[in-house]
Amino acid sequence: MAVFEHTYGPFEGQLTPQWSRFLVIPRHAYRIVFKSKLFTGLFVLSFLCPLVMAVLIYLHHNINALTLLEIGPTNLFPINNVFFRIFTTIQSSVAFVIAVLIGPALVSRDLTNNALPLYLCRPVSRFEYLLGKASVLIVLLSAITWVPGLLLFVFQSYLEGFGWLRYNLWLANAIFFSCFLWIVLLTLLSLALSAWIKWRIAASGALFASFIVPAAVTTMITALFRTPWSQVFNPSMLMQVVTDHLFRLDNSLNLESFVILPAWAGWFGLIVLFAFCIWMLTRKVRAYEVVS
Amino acid sequence: MASVIELDNLRVTFGKRNILKDLTGALSGRAIGLLGPNGAGKTTLIHTLLGFYKPSKGTARIFDVDIQKHPKLVRSQIGYMPERDSFIADVTCVHFVRLMAELSGLPPGAALERAHEALFYVGLGEARYRKLGTYSLGMKQLAKLAQAIVHGPKLIFLDEPTNGLDPPARKRMLELIREIKESGHSTVVLSSHLLRDVEECCDEILILKDGEIAAQCDLEEERKANRKFLELETRGATESFEQAIAGLGCEYAVTGNQRMKLILQDDVNISDLYKIAAERQVQIRRLNFKRDSLEDIFLKAME
Repeated sequence: MAVFEHTYGPFEGQLTPQWSRFLVIPRHAYRIVFKSKLFTGLFVLSFLCPLVMAVLIYLHHNINALTLLEIGPTNLFPINNVFFRIFTTIQSSVAFVIAVLIGPALVSRDLTNNALPLYLCRPVSRFEYLLGKASVLIVLLSAITWVPGLLLFVFQSYLEGFGWLRYNLWLANAIFFSCFLWIVLLTLLSLALSAWIKWRIAASGALFASFIVPAAVTTMITALFRTPWSQVFNPSMLMQVVTDHLFRLDNSLNLESFVILPAWAGWFGLIVLFAFCIWMLTRKVRAYEVVS
Repeated sequence: MASVIELDNLRVTFGKRNILKDLTGALSGRAIGLLGPNGAGKTTLIHTLLGFYKPSKGTARIFDVDIQKHPKLVRSQIGYMPERDSFIADVTCVHFVRLMAELSGLPPGAALERAHEALFYVGLGEARYRKLGTYSLGMKQLAKLAQAIVHGPKLIFLDEPTNGLDPPARKRMLELIREIKESGHSTVVLSSHLLRDVEECCDEILILKDGEIAAQCDLEEERKANRKFLELETRGATESFEQAIAGLGCEYAVTGNQRMKLILQDDVNISDLYKIAAERQVQIRRLNFKRDSLEDIFLKAME
């Protein structure tokens, strides 16, 4: 752009509202994230499942199409809580991959390059900084999880009628809260791990391992002692239990009964995990660390 | 003149250690030099004023706004150039400065325009589309200065801005600081342990030592004062010689082996010094009139 002023002077225009400043962070982050063709491709692909499920819903209500495809209505997967549970499981897996790709870079890059003092010397608090960073993931993951989930729900309600909507309104809650809890878990874990590990690749590995390693270890302990309580250290199982609870399902994965935690333990475990991640973030996300 | 920074019994404690010890004072210069040896508390003071550390006692005010009660309001008036390398990797310099401007509250369009202007102003105009990771140390320092001034703050903290710069780059940096000061739009606080940098740019100094204020003075006033400074080189000077000098009412500082600097009072003549020296069998080998330099003020404060 043409530059006319080569002198120093104060800014005399209108400033943006204070509350909106944190939104600057995700706006700039998206520019960087979507520069990667790999990520853009993956993000587009993540809409494949909602599209297929929308087609399934459509087929349920289109006799002509079913006749043309020679499929009986009973052969189609019923549109119920299990249908939406499968949708959230698939989309949650995609969300996990996206979080592993972009989550750890959000904070670790700033910490590695000492950029935090530059953010925090401005009228931006630590909370707003983290909210800005978290909203990068929250918005992207929402776009591929609960937003299409609720659109599918609305689509089904539109085709099935108001009676179905009224009877199944709790399903909308289940879709939203299960996806949102998963997004919050991924966001907090990826930010906290990257704040402590700082090296982006290692932080991505740690995020991946934080789900795989506890799952493997707790499965062994559960099998040995035939008690589910070690599963409270397994984030995947906590989400599994809570999501099943929200979808009013007892055991969607058909696991052995001694593996399944009670729903309250799942909720409690998740809350403790969230609190731990927040504590990790508050310890590390500072302009400067004080070494006693 | 209204105070820019007021320190009100400011104490900062890390663990059990007091880093800043009940600092009290007011600074009102257009360019304030923050001096002190390493570990004196200069950077801690800046960080506390920016709200990075919470005072354990007392407070401070910047442009009459309490740093603890209204931290965001204070920070909205400040630009900060940190001592260490601080940048966002994998972005161009203009993107980086624009992001910083937007975080300070500038609308996106104005932020982009000001980012370009600030980069031209500091001399990075031709390199503004390069990624920060590819910059040399001197260029990174200039980029840090650009992000500190992009939003046109009323107060700019510069923490060791000439660190690691070669002589031409250092000269350029000091010129920029002087220009900013002389523009009249901003007050500059320059923290450095390089006395020459501070002497070239500042009109007021605050010297810290072990977390306490060791000296505070208006350099302009000091420069204007028509005081007679003497530099003595002696042989055989004893403590009684120093005491006798003090007895004449002269302020003095021992600057090295057998060397001392003193301020001659109006009623004291050079012959009085020779007389004292002769009485104590001290040889005055050299005697120079000398203007008081920042180094003298600093050394005296460090005693």
